[in-house]
Amino acid sequence: MNREDFTILNNGKLIYFDNGATTLKPDCVRDTINDYYNIYTSNIHRGDYSSSLKVSELYDNCREEVRDYINAKYCCEIIFTSGATESLNDIVFGFFRHNLKKGDEVLITESEHASNVLPWFILQKEMGIVVKYISLNENYEVTIDNLQKAITNKTKVVSLAHVTNVIGDVRDIKNIAKICHEKDIFVVVDAAQSAAHEKIDVVDMDIDFLAFSAHKMYGPTGVGVLYGKFNLLKKMIPCRYGGGMNAIFNNDGYVELKDLPDRLEAGTPNIEGVLGLCECIKYIKKIGLEKINKYEHDLRKYLIDRLSELDFITVYNKNNNGIIVSFNINGVFSQDTAIYLDKYNICVRAGNHCAKMVKNVFNVANTVRVSLSFYNTKEEVDLLINVLKNSKNIWEEIL
Amino acid sequence: MDNDIKRSIILDNYQDNSNRIIPDNVSEYIKINSNNDSCIDNIDIYVKINGNLIEDIKYYGEACVIAISSTNILRNLLVGKTFDEAKNILRNYFNMIEEKEYDNHLLKEACVYSDISKQPSRKTCATLFARGISKILSQNDK
Ligand SMILES: Cc1ncc(COP(=O)(O)O)c(C=O)c1O
Repeated sequence: MNREDFTILNNGKLIYFDNGATTLKPDCVRDTINDYYNIYTSNIHRGDYSSSLKVSELYDNCREEVRDYINAKYCCEIIFTSGATESLNDIVFGFFRHNLKKGDEVLITESEHASNVLPWFILQKEMGIVVKYISLNENYEVTIDNLQKAITNKTKVVSLAHVTNVIGDVRDIKNIAKICHEKDIFVVVDAAQSAAHEKIDVVDMDIDFLAFSAHKMYGPTGVGVLYGKFNLLKKMIPCRYGGGMNAIFNNDGYVELKDLPDRLEAGTPNIEGVLGLCECIKYIKKIGLEKINKYEHDLRKYLIDRLSELDFITVYNKNNNGIIVSFNINGVFSQDTAIYLDKYNICVRAGNHCAKMVKNVFNVANTVRVSLSFYNTKEEVDLLINVLKNSKNIWEEIL
Repeated sequence: MDNDIKRSIILDNYQDNSNRIIPDNVSEYIKINSNNDSCIDNIDIYVKINGNLIEDIKYYGEACVIAISSTNILRNLLVGKTFDEAKNILRNYFNMIEEKEYDNHLLKEACVYSDISKQPSRKTCATLFARGISKILSQNDK
Protein backbone atom coordinates (compact mmCIF):
# COMPACT_ATOMS: atom_id res chain seq x y z
CA MET A 1 0.00 0.00 0.00
CA ASN A 2 0.94 3.70 -0.35
CA ARG A 3 3.42 2.92 -3.10
CA GLU A 4 2.54 6.16 -4.84
CA ASP A 5 4.27 8.05 -2.02
CA PHE A 6 7.67 6.75 -3.13
CA THR A 7 9.22 8.06 -6.33
CA ILE A 8 11.80 5.30 -6.19
CA LEU A 9 9.07 2.65 -6.40
CA ASN A 10 7.50 4.26 -9.42
CA ASN A 11 10.72 4.64 -11.37
CA GLY A 12 11.39 1.06 -12.33
CA LYS A 13 11.11 -2.53 -11.38
CA LEU A 14 12.74 -2.38 -7.98
CA ILE A 15 11.62 -5.04 -5.52
CA TYR A 16 13.00 -3.89 -2.24
CA PHE A 17 13.06 -6.57 0.46
CA ASP A 18 15.87 -5.18 2.60
CA ASN A 19 13.88 -2.94 4.88
CA GLY A 20 15.75 -4.22 7.92
CA ALA A 21 18.89 -2.59 6.55
CA THR A 22 17.22 0.68 5.67
CA THR A 23 13.83 1.63 4.33
CA LEU A 24 12.99 3.63 1.22
CA LYS A 25 12.12 7.28 1.74
CA PRO A 26 8.77 8.79 0.82
CA ASP A 27 8.64 12.01 -1.18
CA CYS A 28 7.41 14.01 1.81
CA VAL A 29 10.63 13.28 3.71
CA ARG A 30 12.74 14.27 0.72
CA ASP A 31 10.70 17.47 0.28
CA THR A 32 11.08 18.41 3.93
CA ILE A 33 14.84 18.13 3.66
CA ASN A 34 14.85 20.04 0.37
CA ASP A 35 12.84 22.83 1.93
CA TYR A 36 15.37 23.21 4.68
CA TYR A 37 18.09 23.76 2.08
CA ASN A 38 16.03 25.61 -0.51
CA ILE A 39 14.01 27.92 1.71
CA TYR A 40 15.36 28.40 5.23
CA THR A 41 18.89 27.09 5.73
CA SER A 42 20.27 28.33 9.04
CA ASN A 43 21.58 27.06 12.34
CA ILE A 44 19.31 26.53 15.31
CA HIS A 45 19.22 28.50 18.56
CA ARG A 46 21.67 31.10 17.24
CA GLY A 47 20.36 33.83 15.02
CA ASP A 48 17.93 36.62 15.67
CA TYR A 49 16.70 36.47 12.13
CA SER A 50 13.55 34.87 10.88
CA SER A 51 14.92 31.78 9.16
CA SER A 52 16.90 30.76 12.24
CA LEU A 53 13.87 31.31 14.42
CA LYS A 54 11.80 29.21 12.05
CA VAL A 55 14.31 26.37 11.98
CA SER A 56 14.66 26.48 15.76
CA GLU A 57 10.94 26.20 16.12
CA LEU A 58 10.68 23.31 13.66
CA TYR A 59 13.58 21.56 15.36
CA ASP A 60 12.03 21.91 18.78
CA ASN A 61 8.71 20.66 17.45
CA CYS A 62 10.41 17.46 16.33
CA ARG A 63 11.11 16.62 19.91
CA GLU A 64 7.43 16.88 20.68
CA GLU A 65 6.60 14.74 17.64
CA VAL A 66 8.98 11.99 18.82
CA ARG A 67 7.81 12.28 22.42
CA ASP A 68 4.25 11.73 21.31
CA TYR A 69 5.25 8.82 19.04
CA ILE A 70 6.78 6.81 21.87
CA ASN A 71 4.50 8.34 24.50
CA ALA A 72 7.33 9.67 26.68
CA LYS A 73 6.37 11.94 29.57
CA TYR A 74 8.60 14.89 28.74
CA CYS A 75 10.15 16.37 25.61
CA CYS A 76 13.49 16.71 27.36
CA GLU A 77 13.72 12.91 27.61
CA ILE A 78 14.23 12.83 23.83
CA ILE A 79 17.85 13.26 22.70
CA PHE A 80 18.75 13.41 19.01
CA THR A 81 21.77 11.32 18.07
CA SER A 82 23.29 10.05 14.85
CA GLY A 83 21.36 6.79 15.13
CA ALA A 84 20.70 3.70 17.21
CA THR A 85 24.39 2.87 17.38
CA GLU A 86 25.33 6.21 18.88
CA SER A 87 22.36 6.09 21.24
CA LEU A 88 23.38 2.67 22.54
CA ASN A 89 27.00 3.76 22.93
CA ASP A 90 25.90 6.85 24.84
CA ILE A 91 23.69 4.75 27.11
CA VAL A 92 26.56 2.37 27.90
CA PHE A 93 29.40 4.89 28.15
CA GLY A 94 27.46 7.92 29.39
CA PHE A 95 25.33 6.18 31.99
CA PHE A 96 26.35 2.63 32.78
CA ARG A 97 30.09 3.25 32.86
CA HIS A 98 29.36 5.51 35.84
CA ASN A 99 26.65 3.43 37.47
CA LEU A 100 27.93 -0.15 37.36
CA LYS A 101 30.75 -1.79 39.26
CA LYS A 102 33.01 -4.78 38.89
CA GLY A 103 31.12 -8.07 38.95
CA ASP A 104 27.76 -6.55 37.98
CA GLU A 105 26.02 -8.60 35.32
CA VAL A 106 24.46 -7.41 32.07
CA LEU A 107 22.08 -9.77 30.26
CA ILE A 108 21.80 -9.77 26.48
CA THR A 109 21.16 -12.55 23.91
CA GLU A 110 23.14 -14.12 21.10
CA SER A 111 20.81 -12.63 18.51
CA GLU A 112 21.59 -9.00 19.40
CA HIS A 113 23.02 -6.58 16.86
CA ALA A 114 26.70 -5.64 17.25
CA SER A 115 25.65 -2.22 18.53
CA ASN A 116 24.04 -3.82 21.55
CA VAL A 117 26.95 -6.20 22.16
CA LEU A 118 30.29 -4.51 21.58
CA PRO A 119 29.81 -1.50 23.92
CA TRP A 120 29.05 -3.96 26.73
CA PHE A 121 32.14 -6.01 25.83
CA ILE A 122 34.20 -2.84 26.24
CA LEU A 123 32.79 -2.23 29.72
CA GLN A 124 33.48 -5.86 30.53
CA LYS A 125 37.12 -5.39 29.61
CA GLU A 126 37.42 -1.95 31.12
CA MET A 127 35.68 -2.36 34.46
CA GLY A 128 35.01 -6.05 34.95
CA ILE A 129 31.27 -6.16 34.50
CA VAL A 130 30.11 -9.55 33.20
CA VAL A 131 28.15 -9.97 29.98
CA LYS A 132 25.82 -12.97 30.11
CA TYR A 133 23.29 -14.42 27.69
CA ILE A 134 19.66 -15.25 28.16
CA SER A 135 19.12 -18.63 26.45
CA LEU A 136 16.79 -18.60 23.48
CA ASN A 137 14.05 -21.20 23.08
CA GLU A 138 13.63 -23.52 20.08
CA ASN A 139 12.15 -20.63 18.08
CA TYR A 140 15.09 -18.39 19.01
CA GLU A 141 12.91 -16.31 21.31
CA VAL A 142 13.37 -14.87 24.78
CA THR A 143 10.93 -16.45 27.19
CA ILE A 144 10.03 -15.10 30.60
CA ASP A 145 11.15 -18.41 32.02
CA ASN A 146 14.61 -18.20 30.50
CA LEU A 147 14.91 -14.58 31.55
CA GLN A 148 14.17 -15.52 35.13
CA LYS A 149 16.67 -18.35 34.99
CA ALA A 150 19.37 -16.00 33.75
CA ILE A 151 18.81 -13.33 36.40
CA THR A 152 21.05 -13.55 39.46
CA ASN A 153 21.42 -11.19 42.39
CA LYS A 154 24.24 -9.53 40.45
CA THR A 155 22.14 -8.74 37.37
CA LYS A 156 21.93 -4.97 36.97
CA VAL A 157 20.93 -4.51 33.30
CA VAL A 158 18.86 -6.36 30.72
CA SER A 159 19.59 -4.95 27.28
CA LEU A 160 17.52 -6.34 24.40
CA ALA A 161 16.36 -5.56 20.92
CA HIS A 162 12.60 -5.06 20.83
CA VAL A 163 12.72 -6.88 17.48
CA THR A 164 15.87 -8.69 16.35
CA ASN A 165 17.28 -8.13 12.91
CA VAL A 166 17.96 -11.73 11.89
CA ILE A 167 15.03 -13.59 13.33
CA GLY A 168 12.56 -10.76 13.63
CA ASP A 169 11.04 -12.03 16.84
CA VAL A 170 9.15 -9.42 18.84
CA ARG A 171 10.04 -9.43 22.50
CA ASP A 172 7.47 -8.93 25.23
CA ILE A 173 9.17 -5.84 26.61
CA LYS A 174 6.36 -4.92 29.00
CA ASN A 175 6.54 -8.19 30.90
CA ILE A 176 10.32 -8.33 30.71
CA ALA A 177 10.53 -4.84 32.21
CA LYS A 178 8.04 -5.73 34.92
CA ILE A 179 10.16 -8.65 36.08
CA CYS A 180 13.36 -6.62 35.86
CA HIS A 181 12.03 -3.68 37.80
CA GLU A 182 10.84 -5.92 40.62
CA LYS A 183 14.53 -6.71 41.03
CA ASP A 184 15.90 -3.21 40.42
CA ILE A 185 17.34 -4.16 37.06
CA PHE A 186 17.64 -1.48 34.36
CA VAL A 187 15.94 -2.18 31.02
CA VAL A 188 17.59 -0.98 27.80
CA VAL A 189 15.66 -1.48 24.57
CA ASP A 190 17.15 -1.37 21.08
CA ALA A 191 14.17 -0.40 18.95
CA ALA A 192 16.06 -0.04 15.65
CA GLN A 193 14.03 -2.80 14.00
CA SER A 194 10.71 -2.08 15.67
CA ALA A 195 10.22 1.68 15.61
CA ALA A 196 8.50 1.68 12.22
CA HIS A 197 6.53 -1.51 12.74
CA GLU A 198 5.48 -2.04 16.36
CA LYS A 199 3.84 0.30 18.82
CA ILE A 200 6.25 1.56 21.46
CA ASP A 201 4.96 3.15 24.64
CA VAL A 202 7.89 3.83 26.93
CA VAL A 203 5.64 4.56 29.91
CA ASP A 204 3.35 1.59 29.54
CA MET A 205 6.27 -0.73 28.78
CA ASP A 206 8.28 0.95 31.53
CA ILE A 207 11.48 1.24 29.48
CA ASP A 208 14.49 2.93 31.11
CA PHE A 209 16.49 3.62 27.95
CA LEU A 210 15.50 3.28 24.30
CA ALA A 211 17.44 3.68 21.04
CA PHE A 212 16.37 3.86 17.39
CA SER A 213 17.37 5.19 13.95
CA ALA A 214 15.33 7.31 11.56
CA HIS A 215 16.59 5.59 8.44
CA LYS A 216 14.85 2.32 9.28
CA MET A 217 11.56 4.18 9.62
CA TYR A 218 11.38 5.93 6.24
CA GLY A 219 13.54 8.83 7.43
CA PRO A 220 17.04 10.02 6.54
CA THR A 221 20.32 8.38 7.51
CA GLY A 222 22.57 9.77 10.21
CA VAL A 223 19.91 10.65 12.76
CA GLY A 224 18.24 8.79 15.57
CA VAL A 225 16.88 8.98 19.06
CA LEU A 226 18.04 8.25 22.57
CA TYR A 227 15.24 8.14 25.10
CA GLY A 228 15.90 7.91 28.81
CA LYS A 229 13.66 8.32 31.84
CA PHE A 230 14.22 11.84 33.13
CA ASN A 231 15.76 10.79 36.45
CA LEU A 232 18.24 8.52 34.70
CA LEU A 233 19.04 10.82 31.80
CA LYS A 234 19.77 13.56 34.33
CA LYS A 235 22.63 11.42 35.65
CA MET A 236 24.05 10.71 32.24
CA ILE A 237 27.54 12.16 31.72
CA PRO A 238 27.91 13.67 28.24
CA CYS A 239 30.22 11.76 25.91
CA ARG A 240 30.76 14.92 23.81
CA TYR A 241 31.49 18.49 24.86
CA GLY A 242 31.28 21.73 22.90
CA GLY A 243 28.87 24.36 21.71
CA GLY A 244 25.18 24.29 22.42
CA MET A 245 25.46 22.21 25.58
CA ASN A 246 27.30 24.53 27.98
CA ALA A 247 25.76 27.36 29.99
CA ILE A 248 28.96 29.04 31.19
CA PHE A 249 32.69 28.36 31.09
CA ASN A 250 35.63 30.36 32.39
CA ASN A 251 39.35 30.45 31.70
CA ASP A 252 40.02 28.62 34.98
CA GLY A 253 38.28 25.54 33.61
CA TYR A 254 34.97 26.12 35.32
CA VAL A 255 32.11 24.72 33.23
CA GLU A 256 28.41 24.67 33.81
CA LEU A 257 26.28 22.59 31.52
CA LYS A 258 22.81 23.32 30.22
CA ASP A 259 19.82 21.27 31.30
CA LEU A 260 18.37 18.35 29.40
CA PRO A 261 18.08 17.83 26.50
CA ASP A 262 20.73 20.35 25.34
CA ARG A 263 23.53 19.04 27.56
CA LEU A 264 23.52 15.76 25.63
CA GLU A 265 23.50 17.35 22.18
CA ALA A 266 26.89 19.02 21.76
CA GLY A 267 27.61 20.80 18.50
CA THR A 268 25.41 21.72 15.58
CA PRO A 269 23.03 18.82 15.23
CA ASN A 270 21.96 17.03 12.08
CA ILE A 271 19.21 19.57 11.42
CA GLU A 272 18.06 18.23 8.05
CA GLY A 273 18.04 14.79 9.63
CA VAL A 274 15.93 15.79 12.59
CA LEU A 275 13.46 17.58 10.34
CA GLY A 276 13.32 14.47 8.15
CA LEU A 277 12.80 12.28 11.20
CA CYS A 278 9.92 14.48 12.28
CA GLU A 279 8.35 14.17 8.84
CA CYS A 280 8.68 10.39 8.68
CA ILE A 281 7.01 10.05 12.06
CA LYS A 282 4.14 12.23 10.88
CA TYR A 283 3.97 10.05 7.77
CA ILE A 284 3.77 6.82 9.78
CA LYS A 285 1.14 8.32 12.06
CA LYS A 286 -0.89 9.36 9.03
CA ILE A 287 -1.00 5.83 7.62
CA GLY A 288 -1.43 4.37 11.09
CA LEU A 289 0.95 2.01 12.84
CA GLU A 290 -1.78 -0.53 13.51
CA LYS A 291 -2.74 -0.69 9.88
CA ILE A 292 0.93 -1.02 8.88
CA ASN A 293 1.50 -3.74 11.43
CA LYS A 294 -1.48 -5.79 10.28
CA TYR A 295 -0.62 -5.44 6.59
CA GLU A 296 3.00 -6.45 7.12
CA HIS A 297 2.12 -9.47 9.24
CA ASP A 298 -0.41 -10.67 6.68
CA LEU A 299 2.20 -10.31 3.96
CA ARG A 300 4.75 -12.22 5.98
CA LYS A 301 2.32 -15.06 6.44
CA TYR A 302 1.75 -15.14 2.70
CA LEU A 303 5.51 -15.20 2.06
CA ILE A 304 6.07 -18.02 4.54
CA ASP A 305 3.21 -20.03 3.03
CA ARG A 306 4.58 -19.60 -0.48
CA LEU A 307 8.17 -20.40 0.55
CA SER A 308 6.94 -23.52 2.33
CA GLU A 309 5.69 -24.86 -0.99
CA LEU A 310 9.28 -25.05 -2.22
CA ASP A 311 11.04 -28.18 -1.02
CA PHE A 312 14.52 -26.91 -1.87
CA ILE A 313 14.25 -23.96 0.51
CA THR A 314 14.93 -24.00 4.25
CA VAL A 315 13.15 -21.30 6.23
CA TYR A 316 14.78 -20.75 9.61
CA ASN A 317 12.22 -18.68 11.44
CA LYS A 318 8.78 -19.89 10.37
CA ASN A 319 7.33 -19.71 13.83
CA ASN A 320 8.24 -16.18 14.76
CA ASN A 321 5.88 -13.28 15.08
CA GLY A 322 7.91 -10.61 13.25
CA ILE A 323 8.12 -9.50 9.64
CA ILE A 324 11.54 -10.89 8.77
CA VAL A 325 12.06 -14.18 6.94
CA SER A 326 15.47 -15.87 6.93
CA PHE A 327 16.02 -18.71 4.47
CA ASN A 328 18.51 -20.45 2.21
CA ILE A 329 18.27 -22.33 -1.06
CA ASN A 330 19.59 -25.71 0.07
CA GLY A 331 23.19 -26.13 -0.96
CA VAL A 332 23.63 -22.55 -2.13
CA PHE A 333 25.61 -19.97 -0.18
CA SER A 334 23.38 -17.05 0.81
CA GLN A 335 25.46 -14.48 -1.03
CA ASP A 336 25.21 -16.41 -4.28
CA THR A 337 21.43 -16.43 -3.84
CA ALA A 338 21.43 -12.68 -3.25
CA ILE A 339 23.50 -12.07 -6.38
CA TYR A 340 21.11 -14.26 -8.35
CA LEU A 341 18.05 -12.39 -7.05
CA ASP A 342 19.71 -9.09 -7.85
CA LYS A 343 19.63 -10.07 -11.54
CA TYR A 344 15.85 -9.70 -11.19
CA ASN A 345 16.06 -6.41 -9.29
CA ILE A 346 15.15 -8.16 -6.07
CA CYS A 347 17.10 -6.69 -3.17
CA VAL A 348 17.69 -9.02 -0.22
CA ARG A 349 20.42 -9.19 2.34
CA ALA A 350 22.82 -12.12 2.65
CA GLY A 351 24.91 -12.70 5.69
CA ASN A 352 24.84 -12.74 9.42
CA HIS A 353 23.23 -9.30 9.58
CA CYS A 354 25.70 -7.87 12.10
CA ALA A 355 24.68 -10.50 14.61
CA LYS A 356 27.81 -12.62 14.39
CA MET A 357 26.87 -14.80 17.32
CA VAL A 358 23.80 -15.97 15.47
CA LYS A 359 25.68 -18.97 14.13
CA ASN A 360 25.38 -20.31 17.65
CA VAL A 361 21.64 -19.89 17.31
CA PHE A 362 20.69 -21.11 13.83
CA ASN A 363 23.64 -23.47 13.37
CA VAL A 364 24.24 -21.77 10.04
CA ALA A 365 26.37 -18.67 9.84
CA ASN A 366 24.68 -17.00 6.91
CA THR A 367 21.16 -16.69 5.60
CA VAL A 368 19.19 -14.77 3.01
CA ARG A 369 16.99 -12.26 4.75
CA VAL A 370 13.76 -10.76 3.47
CA SER A 371 12.56 -7.91 5.66
CA LEU A 372 9.19 -6.50 4.70
CA SER A 373 7.51 -3.14 4.67
CA PHE A 374 4.00 -1.88 3.98
CA TYR A 375 4.94 -0.98 0.39
CA ASN A 376 5.79 -4.58 -0.45
CA THR A 377 3.01 -6.53 -2.13
CA LYS A 378 1.82 -10.07 -2.74
CA GLU A 379 2.73 -9.59 -6.40
CA GLU A 380 6.32 -8.94 -5.36
CA VAL A 381 6.30 -12.06 -3.20
CA ASP A 382 4.96 -14.04 -6.17
CA LEU A 383 7.79 -12.73 -8.33
CA LEU A 384 10.34 -13.74 -5.72
CA ILE A 385 8.82 -17.22 -5.56
CA ASN A 386 8.93 -17.54 -9.33
CA VAL A 387 12.57 -16.53 -9.50
CA LEU A 388 13.38 -18.98 -6.72
CA LYS A 389 11.50 -21.70 -8.59
CA ASN A 390 13.79 -21.13 -11.55
CA SER A 391 16.88 -21.20 -9.41
CA LYS A 392 17.96 -24.53 -10.88
CA ASN A 393 19.60 -22.20 -13.37
CA ILE A 394 21.37 -20.21 -10.70
CA TRP A 395 24.86 -21.10 -11.90
CA GLU A 396 24.08 -20.28 -15.52
CA GLU A 397 22.84 -16.93 -14.32
CA ILE A 398 25.59 -15.87 -11.98
CA LEU A 399 28.68 -17.57 -13.42
CA MET B 1 37.60 -20.34 -22.93
CA ASP B 2 33.98 -21.24 -23.58
CA ASN B 3 31.50 -20.13 -20.90
CA ASP B 4 30.05 -23.60 -20.36
CA ILE B 5 33.50 -25.05 -19.82
CA LYS B 6 34.40 -22.26 -17.41
CA ARG B 7 31.21 -22.80 -15.47
CA SER B 8 31.75 -26.52 -15.18
CA ILE B 9 35.33 -26.03 -13.97
CA ILE B 10 34.12 -23.55 -11.37
CA LEU B 11 31.30 -25.84 -10.20
CA ASP B 12 33.51 -28.94 -10.08
CA ASN B 13 35.91 -27.12 -7.85
CA TYR B 14 33.13 -25.60 -5.77
CA GLN B 15 31.70 -29.05 -5.11
CA ASP B 16 35.01 -30.80 -4.50
CA ASN B 17 35.08 -30.98 -0.72
CA SER B 18 38.10 -33.26 -0.42
CA ASN B 19 40.33 -30.50 0.92
CA ARG B 20 37.62 -28.37 2.47
CA ILE B 21 38.29 -29.76 5.94
CA ILE B 22 40.16 -28.95 9.10
CA PRO B 23 43.23 -31.23 8.93
CA ASP B 24 43.44 -34.07 11.48
CA ASN B 25 46.98 -33.29 12.51
CA VAL B 26 46.19 -29.60 12.71
CA SER B 27 49.23 -28.79 14.85
CA GLU B 28 51.49 -29.48 11.87
CA TYR B 29 49.79 -26.71 9.89
CA ILE B 30 50.05 -22.93 9.92
CA LYS B 31 46.60 -21.35 10.03
CA ILE B 32 45.45 -18.02 8.72
CA ASN B 33 41.96 -16.57 8.41
CA SER B 34 40.97 -14.75 5.27
CA ASN B 35 37.78 -12.74 4.98
CA ASN B 36 36.24 -10.00 2.93
CA ASP B 37 35.12 -6.80 4.65
CA SER B 38 32.57 -5.98 2.03
CA CYS B 39 30.84 -9.33 2.06
CA ILE B 40 30.61 -12.44 4.15
CA ASP B 41 33.24 -14.73 2.68
CA ASN B 42 35.25 -16.21 5.50
CA ILE B 43 37.67 -19.14 5.37
CA ASP B 44 40.49 -20.54 7.44
CA ILE B 45 43.50 -21.67 5.44
CA TYR B 46 45.81 -24.39 6.80
CA VAL B 47 49.25 -24.80 5.24
CA LYS B 48 51.80 -27.52 5.96
CA ILE B 49 55.31 -26.40 5.13
CA ASN B 50 58.38 -28.60 4.84
CA GLY B 51 61.52 -26.53 4.46
CA ASN B 52 60.94 -24.59 1.29
CA LEU B 53 58.11 -26.77 0.07
CA ILE B 54 54.34 -26.44 0.40
CA GLU B 55 53.45 -29.95 1.38
CA ASP B 56 49.70 -29.60 1.88
CA ILE B 57 46.88 -27.07 2.07
CA LYS B 58 43.42 -27.46 3.57
CA TYR B 59 40.72 -24.83 3.99
CA TYR B 60 37.50 -24.54 5.92
CA GLY B 61 34.71 -22.00 6.03
CA GLU B 62 31.76 -20.47 4.25
CA ALA B 63 32.03 -18.37 1.17
CA CYS B 64 30.46 -17.80 -2.23
CA VAL B 65 30.91 -19.96 -5.29
CA ILE B 66 33.71 -17.78 -6.70
CA ALA B 67 35.64 -17.68 -3.44
CA ILE B 68 35.41 -21.41 -2.75
CA SER B 69 36.11 -22.56 -6.31
CA SER B 70 39.13 -20.26 -6.66
CA THR B 71 40.41 -21.48 -3.31
CA ASN B 72 40.22 -25.07 -4.47
CA ILE B 73 41.82 -24.39 -7.85
CA LEU B 74 44.72 -22.44 -6.38
CA ARG B 75 45.13 -24.97 -3.59
CA ASN B 76 45.63 -27.69 -6.17
CA LEU B 77 48.07 -25.52 -8.12
CA LEU B 78 50.21 -24.68 -5.12
CA VAL B 79 50.55 -28.00 -3.29
CA GLY B 80 53.94 -29.55 -4.04
CA LYS B 81 55.47 -26.25 -5.17
CA THR B 82 58.41 -24.44 -3.63
CA PHE B 83 57.89 -21.02 -2.10
CA ASP B 84 59.39 -19.34 -5.16
CA GLU B 85 57.23 -21.27 -7.59
CA ALA B 86 54.14 -20.57 -5.52
CA LYS B 87 54.88 -16.88 -5.31
CA ASN B 88 55.35 -16.73 -9.03
CA ILE B 89 51.99 -18.40 -9.62
CA LEU B 90 50.29 -16.02 -7.20
CA ARG B 91 51.94 -13.00 -8.81
CA ASN B 92 50.60 -14.07 -12.17
CA TYR B 93 47.19 -14.72 -10.67
CA PHE B 94 46.94 -11.24 -9.16
CA ASN B 95 48.10 -9.79 -12.47
CA MET B 96 45.36 -11.64 -14.30
CA ILE B 97 42.70 -10.39 -11.87
CA GLU B 98 43.99 -6.84 -12.32
CA GLU B 99 43.98 -7.23 -16.12
CA LYS B 100 47.75 -7.07 -16.42
CA GLU B 101 50.14 -9.41 -18.27
CA TYR B 102 50.19 -13.01 -17.04
CA ASP B 103 51.32 -16.46 -18.10
CA ASN B 104 48.24 -18.62 -18.71
CA HIS B 105 50.29 -21.84 -18.85
CA LEU B 106 51.27 -21.26 -15.27
CA LEU B 107 47.71 -20.56 -14.11
CA LYS B 108 46.00 -23.46 -15.90
CA GLU B 109 42.41 -23.85 -14.58
CA ALA B 110 42.71 -20.61 -12.65
CA CYS B 111 42.33 -18.82 -15.97
CA VAL B 112 38.57 -19.25 -15.59
CA TYR B 113 38.61 -16.01 -13.62
CA SER B 114 40.38 -14.05 -16.34
CA ASP B 115 37.45 -11.72 -16.91
CA ILE B 116 36.27 -11.43 -13.32
CA SER B 117 37.28 -7.76 -13.38
CA LYS B 118 34.09 -7.16 -15.34
CA GLN B 119 32.34 -7.74 -12.02
CA PRO B 120 34.45 -5.58 -9.72
CA SER B 121 32.61 -6.68 -6.59
CA ARG B 122 33.70 -10.28 -7.22
CA LYS B 123 37.41 -9.54 -7.47
CA THR B 124 37.68 -9.77 -3.70
CA CYS B 125 35.92 -13.14 -3.83
CA ALA B 126 38.36 -14.46 -6.42
CA THR B 127 41.34 -13.37 -4.33
CA LEU B 128 40.11 -14.51 -0.90
CA PHE B 129 42.50 -17.46 -0.83
CA ALA B 130 45.31 -15.80 -2.78
CA ARG B 131 45.56 -12.95 -0.28
CA GLY B 132 45.59 -15.30 2.71
CA ILE B 133 48.18 -17.69 1.33
CA SER B 134 50.41 -14.80 0.19
CA LYS B 135 50.52 -13.60 3.76
CA ILE B 136 51.57 -17.03 5.01
CA LEU B 137 54.26 -17.30 2.36
CA SER B 138 55.79 -13.93 3.12
CA GLN B 139 55.66 -14.52 6.88
CA ASN B 140 57.38 -17.90 6.62
CA ASP B 141 59.95 -17.18 3.95
CA LYS B 142 63.40 -17.96 5.25
C1 LIG C 1 18.62 -4.53 15.95
C2 LIG C 1 19.50 -3.41 15.49
N1 LIG C 1 20.11 -2.64 16.40
C3 LIG C 1 20.91 -1.63 16.05
C4 LIG C 1 21.16 -1.32 14.73
C5 LIG C 1 22.08 -0.20 14.38
O1 LIG C 1 21.42 0.83 13.73
P1 LIG C 1 22.25 1.99 13.03
O2 LIG C 1 23.23 1.33 12.13
O3 LIG C 1 21.21 2.77 12.30
O4 LIG C 1 22.90 2.78 14.10
C6 LIG C 1 20.55 -2.10 13.74
C7 LIG C 1 20.84 -1.84 12.33
O5 LIG C 1 20.93 -2.71 11.51
C8 LIG C 1 19.70 -3.16 14.14
O6 LIG C 1 19.10 -3.93 13.22
